[in-house]
Amino acid sequence: MAVAAAYPGTPSTEILESLARYPGVYAEWSPNEKVALEVAMGASYGGVRAMAAMKHVGLNVAADPFFAASVTGVRGGLVVVSADDPGLHSSQNEQDNRHYARFAKVPLLEPSDSQEAYELVKLAFQMSEDFDTPVLLRSTTRVSHAKSAVEYDDETSIPPRKPGFRRDFAKFVMIPAYARRRHPLMEERLVKLAAFTEEFPYNRIIWGERDYGIVSSGIAYHYAREAFPQASFLKLTLSYPLPEKLVRQSASQVGKLLVVEELDPFLEEGIRAMGLPVSGKALFPIVGELDVEKVREGGARIGLSSPSSPLPVSGIKELPARPPVLCPGCPHRGLYAVLKRMGFFRRRDGAGEALPPGQLIATGDIGCYTLGVLPPLEALDTCACMGASIGQAMGLAKAGLPNPIVAVIGDSTFLHSGLTGLLDTAYNQGRLTVIILDNRTTAMTGHQHHPGTGVTLQGLRTRAADPASLAQAMGIEMVRVVGAFDLEELEGALRECLEHQGPAVLVVRSPCILLDRSYGEALSVQEGSCVACGLCLALGCPALYRDAEGGVHISPTLCVGVGCGLCLQICPREAIIVPGEGE
Amino acid sequence: MDFLIAGVGGQGVILASDILAEVGLEAGYEVKKSDVLGMSQRGGSVVSQVRLAEVVHSPLIPRGEAGYLIGLEKLEAARWAEYLIPGALVLVDRTSIPPPSVSLGQAPYPSDGEIEKILRERTENIYMLDARGMAEGLGSTRASNVLLLGYLSHFLPIAEALWQECIARSVPARYREVNQRAFAKGRLEAANLERRER
Repeated sequence: MAVAAAYPGTPSTEILESLARYPGVYAEWSPNEKVALEVAMGASYGGVRAMAAMKHVGLNVAADPFFAASVTGVRGGLVVVSADDPGLHSSQNEQDNRHYARFAKVPLLEPSDSQEAYELVKLAFQMSEDFDTPVLLRSTTRVSHAKSAVEYDDETSIPPRKPGFRRDFAKFVMIPAYARRRHPLMEERLVKLAAFTEEFPYNRIIWGERDYGIVSSGIAYHYAREAFPQASFLKLTLSYPLPEKLVRQSASQVGKLLVVEELDPFLEEGIRAMGLPVSGKALFPIVGELDVEKVREGGARIGLSSPSSPLPVSGIKELPARPPVLCPGCPHRGLYAVLKRMGFFRRRDGAGEALPPGQLIATGDIGCYTLGVLPPLEALDTCACMGASIGQAMGLAKAGLPNPIVAVIGDSTFLHSGLTGLLDTAYNQGRLTVIILDNRTTAMTGHQHHPGTGVTLQGLRTRAADPASLAQAMGIEMVRVVGAFDLEELEGALRECLEHQGPAVLVVRSPCILLDRSYGEALSVQEGSCVACGLCLALGCPALYRDAEGGVHISPTLCVGVGCGLCLQICPREAIIVPGEGE
Repeated sequence: MDFLIAGVGGQGVILASDILAEVGLEAGYEVKKSDVLGMSQRGGSVVSQVRLAEVVHSPLIPRGEAGYLIGLEKLEAARWAEYLIPGALVLVDRTSIPPPSVSLGQAPYPSDGEIEKILRERTENIYMLDARGMAEGLGSTRASNVLLLGYLSHFLPIAEALWQECIARSVPARYREVNQRAFAKGRLEAANLERRER
């Protein structure tokens, strides 16, 4: 492959991080998934092999070019990787992206482990070129973030394709007159693919006992093999279009077909549409991840396996949970303290009532800072999808509410899909403040570069886009830039923005503490002065804790020192000491 | 053989399980491992599952089937008790890291007695160790994960040289020596302890 593009997203991020190290591959972090797929499309049109990789919800962003690529077809092989996240380990939903294959009329590959993923990518490129189609390779968290051994070939055995653009208006320019001619070609392509999938060697039958034939794909296949070691299997790998003959062949030789698949009844509905009796979701859950136990449980209901659930252990449910938290020294923490001072107030008894005038509404976005919704910070009202905070804030502002409105968005998310939302606030003059938490990285997914950092995925120095200048260029008159750790300054700047009659932008700029590890010496609590009021604990800093007797302390290993110093500013008793500054 | 390694984001759970998986591969097993990443990295619970066998299907261990549990933190070790097979080997570092509800004074951190009681519902084969303290004595508290691997290695039919080789490959050069020493220390401690018990 010659070109690969992506925007980071769990569990897909590592794909581009690995490709970036391959000689001869141009790999980029694109500002978002739509651009990434368009870059891959362009490279394919230019005759070379190209890949765009994204998490499941990224394909929603890239859906427009995805459908377009299906219509135009390709020149060089074009593979789109969707890393789905059943169980929502790190996502806002658990949509099943296999539907996208049927929706856009492209072939679907579902690897079940690392070895298959490796082999299928190679086949996917070949299929893409042979059938003039993008190919969707759909993985899930337990394939993406599982590791198993891979035997690999000599990569140099595939000669790179020579770049060359062959002009073809009727193929690449999708005006209605030309696009109309492409649709029948797409339907013909599906017919050819349906024949191809019958012979596809990774779609295979494993004969065992014949009472039930288990149809499965992806990681669910391995759960089912472990749960039903004696059963017959039809393992589907090229699972759209379905290999109808192969399905009928298995059905004719077993008592009943049983589909084991994660999330939606995608295979099940396809098989039922063939007129074959089949069950699946009646036995196995549609919600969440599957695992061997859930599959055994479903099988036990029809006598195919015995349920394996071991006796529960008492006391586990009562153990205190450990949700993720903002790190000690995180530059996002101060903002939430300020939002509360400025009128973000959560009344625990006021559920269901409209917020009184003056109380702040804060729309949120996707990144580490979304953790600001968890106790004890609890200062975010929404989180939907990348960039949504700004449009939502605009809608709230135009709905006629008596409340001041802020949108909270990170730098990488702002550059991903906040720009157009901000343009709307400037164009249609929304009375709101967009707070850009500029920590100079894409922190949540593991510190990837983005257009604002000045460095590319492959390590080249480049231009850094500046959020404040972008806002000014869009016509926003009130733009303030402040550091993240001076609460008074932060509050003053936010007050100015909120008092402004039109749209305002507040850039809160301090690098992620995990990037800038210039930690100082830990602060400490002076026991005589501290009254254990707990105001500092409300910052939700993991370095601050209460002991069993109620006393408050600072962990010397976790505290990053005076460079953060939020607790120092919050403490009304001046009971927190900076080392070396005496008592 | 099914292993769980549990801890808190930043403690080195993933590195430990990477080494274990490498060792398994080198020893000729099929190996699958599964990590939970993403949101959990920010100080949340982290668990890594490693399975070694002739044939491994699921990368996830069903509840009640894990033969080995390494806990880099006490509370996190207890959380996975249901996954243990009766009689499983449990190695727990005595380190405690309070979760947010404990730091805020809203919930107590479970006592050693409570943690052991939970684990004892599945197994008596529990070792509560001061891995962090021993690693600190060797020059790095961060090597407690590898020290516990050393401890574990005493109970597994895999040669020490193979472990040391995989540690050398998996750890950055400047931390290699301290980790190799930590491994050797853990392995020795396990042997001594078992001898004393006899």
